[in-house]
Order: sequence, then C-alpha cells, then structure tokens
Amino acid sequence: MRRQDEAEDLVQLLTPEGERVVHPGYDLDLPKSQYRGLYRDMTLVRRLDREAFALQRLGELGMWIPCLGQEAAQIGSGRALEPDDHVFPSYREHGVAWCRGIPPLTLMGMLRGTTNGGWDPRHTGFHLYTIVLGVQTLHAVGYAMGMRRDGDSSAVVAYFGDGAASEGDVSEAFNFAAVYNAPVVFFCQNNQWAISQPVDRQSRAPIHHRARGYGFPGVRVDGNDVLACLAVTRAALEHARRGDGPFLIEAHTYRMGPHTTSDDPGRYRPAEEVEEWQRKDPIARMRAFLLREELADDAFFREVDEEGDRLALELREGVISMPDPPVDAMFDHVYTGRHTLLEEERAWYAAYLDRFEEPRA
Amino acid sequence: MSAANTITYREAMREAIREALRRDDRVFLMGEDVGAYGGCFAVSLGLLEEFGPERVRDTPLSEAAFVGAGIGAALGGMRPIVEIMTVNFSLLALDQILNNAATLLHMSGGQLNVPLVIRMTTGAGRQLAAQHSHSLEGWYAHIPGLRILAPATVEDARGMLWPALEDPDPVLIFEHGSLYGVSGQPGPGQVDITSAALRRSGKDVTLIAYGGTTGKALAAADVLSAEGTEADVVDLRVLRPLDDATIMESVGRTHRAVIVDEGWRSGGLSAEIGIRIAEQAFYQLDAPIQRVCTAEVPIPYARHLEEAALPQVPSIVAAAREAVAS
Ligand SMILES: Cc1ncc(C[n+]2csc(CCOP(=O)(O)OP(=O)(O)O)c2C)c(N)n1
Ligand SMILES: [Mg+2]
Repeated sequence: MRRQDEAEDLVQLLTPEGERVVHPGYDLDLPKSQYRGLYRDMTLVRRLDREAFALQRLGELGMWIPCLGQEAAQIGSGRALEPDDHVFPSYREHGVAWCRGIPPLTLMGMLRGTTNGGWDPRHTGFHLYTIVLGVQTLHAVGYAMGMRRDGDSSAVVAYFGDGAASEGDVSEAFNFAAVYNAPVVFFCQNNQWAISQPVDRQSRAPIHHRARGYGFPGVRVDGNDVLACLAVTRAALEHARRGDGPFLIEAHTYRMGPHTTSDDPGRYRPAEEVEEWQRKDPIARMRAFLLREELADDAFFREVDEEGDRLALELREGVISMPDPPVDAMFDHVYTGRHTLLEEERAWYAAYLDRFEEPRA
Repeated sequence: MSAANTITYREAMREAIREALRRDDRVFLMGEDVGAYGGCFAVSLGLLEEFGPERVRDTPLSEAAFVGAGIGAALGGMRPIVEIMTVNFSLLALDQILNNAATLLHMSGGQLNVPLVIRMTTGAGRQLAAQHSHSLEGWYAHIPGLRILAPATVEDARGMLWPALEDPDPVLIFEHGSLYGVSGQPGPGQVDITSAALRRSGKDVTLIAYGGTTGKALAAADVLSAEGTEADVVDLRVLRPLDDATIMESVGRTHRAVIVDEGWRSGGLSAEIGIRIAEQAFYQLDAPIQRVCTAEVPIPYARHLEEAALPQVPSIVAAAREAVAS
C-alpha cells in the first residue's frame, strides 16, 4: 500500500480511484461486512435524499436540504459513534441521522410539517436539527460538560458547516470546551460553500488550524473518504473519552446539490467545479475499493440498489399518506404544561372558527 | 395593475440602494450573500457587478461582526447599509444594535453619532418556521436611540432609504418578506420618514396596520365596504417614533379602532398603540379597541398552521365587525 506523506495536511485512506493508502497517524481494519455496510449506508442515504428532493418538487415537503456529496463525511463519522454518544447536528446531517436509527420518514415528516422534530433525542442520541447557525456547538459543549460531571465515558459530536464556523458562537464553543476539557468532537463539514459564499470568503486560514489556538488538536480529513472519516472520528472520540478534551475535525467535502430546494447554485458556482468534485464522489470511490479488494461483487451492488428502490417507494407512500396536524396543534408545546395564556388563545381560536361554521350548519 | 412605471417592492428597494451608492461614495452595502447571489431575497441582484466588491460586500457569516463593523465604519464617517437576512438573525447582533448603535451618542455625551442603516426581512407567511419568521420590529421600536421604519408600499420601499441614510442616527428598516413581489408605483423617489399615512378613508372604523399587514387591512376594508362599513386604513410607516397625530385624527373621526400587528399581542406594538389611543382619544371611542395579532406561539412551519397563526383578512374583518357592532 502507498503511504501517505506525514506532512500532508489531509488524512486520506482511500484515493478518489478507490486505492487504499496507509496513513501514519490513522488506520482502520474492519471486518469485510463492515466495508460493505458503509457502502450500503451511503447508497441508501443518497437514495432517500434524492427521493425527498423529488417529493419537495411534487409539493409534498415544504423544503428539503440535500446532503448529496457529503455521504462519506456523515456515514464515516456517524458509524464511529457508540450508542451512548450524543450528536448535535445542524440541518443537513441526514446521513448521521440514518446512523442513529432515525427513520427517514420521521425526518421527512418534520420537513412536511407533520411533526416538529419527531424523534426522541435522548433515546436516539441525536439531537434535533438546528437552523440558527452555530448555536448547537455551544449546546454540545454544555451537554458534554454534563456527561463528564456524571462520570460518563461517552462523548458528544457537534456538526457545523464552513460558513457557520464564522459565527461567534462557534469560536466561543471552542474556547469553552477547551477550558472545561469537555469531551466534544467538533465536526466541521467544509463543503466549500455557504449558500453563495465560497469558503475562502469565510476563512483565511484552514478551519482546522483554529483548534491549536484554543489548545486542542485539529485535523483535516478527506470528507469524501468514508474510511478516513471513520478512522479520524473514532480517534477523536477516543481522545474525548479518555478525558483529553475537545477535538476538531474538518472534513473536506463538497455540497453537490443546491443549498436547499429553494436555491439555484448555477447562479454562483461554475459547472466545472462541480464536475471536478464529481470525480471524487464518495460512493463511486467506495465501490471501486470494494471491487478492487474483492470485498463485494455485482450481486451485492444490485441488492443494495434494489433495497434503495424499495426504500424510496416506501418513503414516497409514507410521506403522501401522512396526516396534516389539526390547526390547534399550533398551541401545543409552547410551555411544558398547561398555560393560561395559551388556553385562552386556544379557546378564542376555537370560538373564532365556530363563527365561520355557524352559517353552514 | 397598470404596467406603466410599475415596479416590484424588491426592485424599488434595489433602485433605492443603487441610487444611494451612486449619490454618495461613503455608502456601501454589506451582509450575507448580498453580492454574488444578489441577496437572499434578490434585492441586491446586479449591484455587485455594477459597483464592485468594495461597495457591495459579501461578509463571513457573522451577524455580530458585520453589524459591529458597520457601527465602526459609521463612526469613521462612512454610511453603511447593513443587510441582515431575517429579523431572527438580528438577535445575534442585538448587543451591537441595542447596547452600542442605540446608546453611543448618549454615552459619548453627544460626540459619537452612528449613521448606520440596517435593513432586514421580517415576518411570516413563507413556511420558514420559528427561527426565520417572527415580527420583532415591535421590540426594536422599544429602544431609545433608534428610528424604526416599516415600508409597506413600493413607494416607501423606494423612498425611505435615502432619508434613512441622511439621518445622523441609526435607522432600522423592516421589509416584510411577503412584500418583495408586490408591484406598484415607485413615486418621486423620496418620502418622509416621520409620519403615518392614511391609505384609505372611511368613517366607521380605523384599521391601524403597518408593513406586511397593511395590504391585509386594505383587503379587509374592501370586504367591509361591501357590507356597508367604511374603514379608514392607517399605515404606520414609522414605528418609532409613532405618529400619534395621524392615528388620533382618524380615531377621532371613526370612534373605533382595530390594530393589526403581526407581532404577538402581549407586550407588543399593538399594546403600545392601544394605550396611546386610550391616553389621547379615550373620550372619542365608541367601542373597545380591538387587536388582531399573531397567536402567542412560535411561528409554525406547516403551511395551514402558519396561516392560522397570523392575522388574516377574515380575522381583521371579524374584529372590525365587532368594533362596529358594539
Ligand atoms: C445565524 C444565522 N445566520 C444566517 C442564516 C442563514 N443561513 C442558513 S444556512 C446558511 C449557510 C450555511 O453554510 P455552512 O455553515 O457552510 O453550512 P452548509 O449549508 O454548507 O451545510 C445561511 C447563511 C442562519 N440560518 N443563521
Ligand atoms: Mg458549507
């Protein structure tokens, strides 16, 4: 196996052609079935992402935030987690949600407006999506501090983007985590874009370099290499669990799709750039590796594709048949218990609706 | 709508920024995605190409940074226009706005004024959920040191920016997200930023609205007119300082007031207007003041829940009927 140069600033275990390389700092040796499992995860996540996108276009979802292209970063890091670890995602981490066992239909129900959230963060170890940029990094630190106080040997992973990294909250989270030695892994998916802003407009220095200034390690990993993402995240989680404090991972990846279903990236980025990243596709790379190492055959790939088709069909049918919540659901969950103001509003609203009912009855 | 000279609210805003950039080289625009993308609501489309990256600046994603830097630039003699994507994200810069922009003049004994203009989108109705959709302009209208504008028409979108830039003190402009596509006449290009406007005259009830609810109030007035109730529609335009005279003049004629506010009722702008009417026109009132506000909940994401949570034409009509009936 080719060895990666120690000085190189990017941890890689698989080349874009699917060739296995050795890295001096990070290694991975998995049972055969797990290599196939990573491929399956990525492929199914891409399939569900594509299906959700199509459902939004059909008007069945209010919006969708595609994770196309970022499957390796999300599956690699997501599969490094132990059941008791806790994740604070941003809003694009459908792949991590998949690894935490969140049914994709539940994710879609949220973006359809059927539920708010819909999964139990405590049970799944996967917090709800966060929309205001960067805030979750602070929540992750506080959560991790609590885990340490309780003597848990678990750790927290906070996901955020290259754009969110510019928000003050993220820098403050870095410092807080370092000062309290909190067991938190900051996982930055640098997908090169923050809506229309390329990463070189966000940051002059590589994002992972920031960690050193706060007193903890920062590593850049090839975010389209699922093996490297898995190996580095495992190591980072080990570091946090050992009591060595926070760790920053910058996964170098690419947002292949639009920012959301409301965006048209053709307005701001060249097609050549997208084509260039297409050649580094995380799933094609893993497939090439599996073939090269004879870890999987055509029958396996066909099975996964068929499973994807079944999943897509199931999701489509599931989404379309989701019930709309009743209108007065808007008064739910503003406070934990009953609340006089909300009860007044609920009653007022019911009476208001009745006025429209009367003439018809 | 007649096509002649008609432009959209979005284009009017863009034209206003363009004119300001041409007219005064101290003016520049900065914010998230304002350049290459043309703004997240396409307001600044084409301005980067026209004026270059020094004057139309895409910033890193940091509301505190670009508002704070805007204050610094204003202190240094520039005339920044800072765009914040939505009012919810202005909360990340609240310290800069409230503790700094609004207080520096006072705390410097009159030495340091902050000629900064901050534009932001406000309001709901676009299925963007509880962290993109609130109407917090009423909060900002609480703060001494700020002037708060809420253009509801194409003419105001076109005409408020320049006087805001000429104001030596910080001005916040709230653009309701549902208005960008509305068409109208841009007018002569400059308007006052001190008074409310009577958008429709009637004798039976006064509907007081602003920004995104002005159009709904006007539509409600049409419905009411068809059933024989003629409404005055007051568009507040300026939320701080409030133009009491226009409000009281109208209420003095109609003796009935309905306040429409997309903010929440408790402690909101509608409460402020209501108490001013009670203070200044109590003996003119023939009926209790009515309020139509947003349900006291975070703005829901599901479309039908969001619609139900907001003031709508039927709920404004219902409140006006109640006012007129009593
Ligand atoms: C505080 C705040 N400001 C602005 C926004 C609007 N916004 C949503 S996503 C986004 C870009 C984020 O880019 P990045 O962090 O790189 O994540 P990515 O979308 O690429 O996954 C922006 C500006 C927001 N949600 N929150
Ligand atoms: Mg990004």
